[in-house]
Amino acid sequence: MMETRGGSLRRMGAMIERYVYLLKGSWPRIIELAYWPTMQIILWGFLSEYLVRHSSYLAQASGVLLAAALLWDVMFRGQLGVSVVFFEELYSRNLGHLFASPLRAHELAGALFIISLLRTLIGSGMAALCAYWFYHFPIWKMGFVLVALFMNLIVMGWAIGLVVAGLVLRYGLGAENLAWAAIFAIAPLSGIYYPISVLPHPLQILAHALPASYVFEAMRGLLFHHVVLYRSLWEAAALNAVYLALGLGVFLRTFRDARVHGRLLNLGE
Amino acid sequence: MSESAAIAVTDLSKRYGTVTAVASLSFDLDCGRVLGLLGGNGAGKTTTLAMLMGLLLPTTGSIRVLGEDLLRHRYRVLPRINFSSPYVDLPHRLTVHQNLRVYAGLYGVRKASSRIRELARDLDLEGLLDRPYGRLSAGQKTRASFAKALINRPQLLLLDEPTASLDPDTADRLRTYLRDYQQTSGAGVVLASHNMLEVERLCDEVIMLRHGRIFDRGAPADLIGKYGRDTLEEVFLDMARGRAQL
Repeated sequence: MMETRGGSLRRMGAMIERYVYLLKGSWPRIIELAYWPTMQIILWGFLSEYLVRHSSYLAQASGVLLAAALLWDVMFRGQLGVSVVFFEELYSRNLGHLFASPLRAHELAGALFIISLLRTLIGSGMAALCAYWFYHFPIWKMGFVLVALFMNLIVMGWAIGLVVAGLVLRYGLGAENLAWAAIFAIAPLSGIYYPISVLPHPLQILAHALPASYVFEAMRGLLFHHVVLYRSLWEAAALNAVYLALGLGVFLRTFRDARVHGRLLNLGE
Repeated sequence: MSESAAIAVTDLSKRYGTVTAVASLSFDLDCGRVLGLLGGNGAGKTTTLAMLMGLLLPTTGSIRVLGEDLLRHRYRVLPRINFSSPYVDLPHRLTVHQNLRVYAGLYGVRKASSRIRELARDLDLEGLLDRPYGRLSAGQKTRASFAKALINRPQLLLLDEPTASLDPDTADRLRTYLRDYQQTSGAGVVLASHNMLEVERLCDEVIMLRHGRIFDRGAPADLIGKYGRDTLEEVFLDMARGRAQL
């Protein structure tokens, strides 16, 4: 029996349907998706207004802190959208049913990407609207560059999310706190609120290995100097291709190990 | 391996480090037949079922399911089999209907809505379709899980304790339904159960497992006769307590 691409898309569609049911069935979940990004933007908005009046650097681009906070949240939400949604299968002890079905691990990963995109658009979209309503900062004025920044950051979030999901598949739900901690480990190196040139030299080398550092460099280039740093965007995309492949590799490897060690039936709360 | 073999297992073993969960298991099951796996806790029943689904990779041995090498062509086999176990749940926050829709999508079931209605009617789930799975009683969960196991009209059905948590009346209806399904569809069924009456009633052949190895095998009536007992439960107790000798 030949496997068709349509079958693969259908299975991914079924998994997306599963996660949409979950989201639709719980208003608190939808509110929570928008709550944290919105609160963060309100906080950064006030801080930004204060600093713009007292900093000649920030006065050149009043929205830079808001843009940085919004974009950082894209990566954070993108990662949670993969790892935390994957945890739902462990909470409900459903992995055995899923992988006794024709669903492949990479199809599950594909479905997690789509649902992560949806969740991030809801959360970050609401925060972007708040940034406009309260602080008159229309981030969408960044145009197509915003799409490139957004996609680069969410893909990096997906890569980290897959590694976290793989580690939880390997070590069980005791490792779930990694979902919240993992991304903050790279925050200082990502140059979110400052150029990476302020970092000590060894850390700059590490920062250059992260797609996020190029993304935030491109963001500052646009907001401060009104230039599109295409090179930075392409460098981020190239690094992301490597990280996503590595993330997928870790996830698929831990999935295979789970089949060797019998974890697909036993993992759960 | 015969043309009609649902399963052909040869020299199957599973080891975790120094612990042997299953050792040198070989057996066949023809389509349209029901095979029972009997054994105490830790005898290797669930491990065997997990290997038959490809959820667990064996250490050694080969598994052919519905004519395919499971270890090489798992994804050709999986759309044609299904399983149910009280130890593996469905998503708690989704309703029974939503769960069945999702699994219908995963198995590529055509006319999913009518298949779900059919199963809901047959398994007395109609009043429960809109209820979240997590709010069902243990018995209702077992029926919902059984509906999921039949959603794709499997040619091979793997059942781990299929009537656990069911009251006698519901358990009896479910067994009758299972027998009807197996006879009309010609599906092979592997049943791991501690309910000896159920095994006697449903199974054409029984494999008795002890410490991961086949202790004995045969038709339930033959085993009862062989050990000079009145019921399969007595045979099982003899095996479990080391009183039975081959």
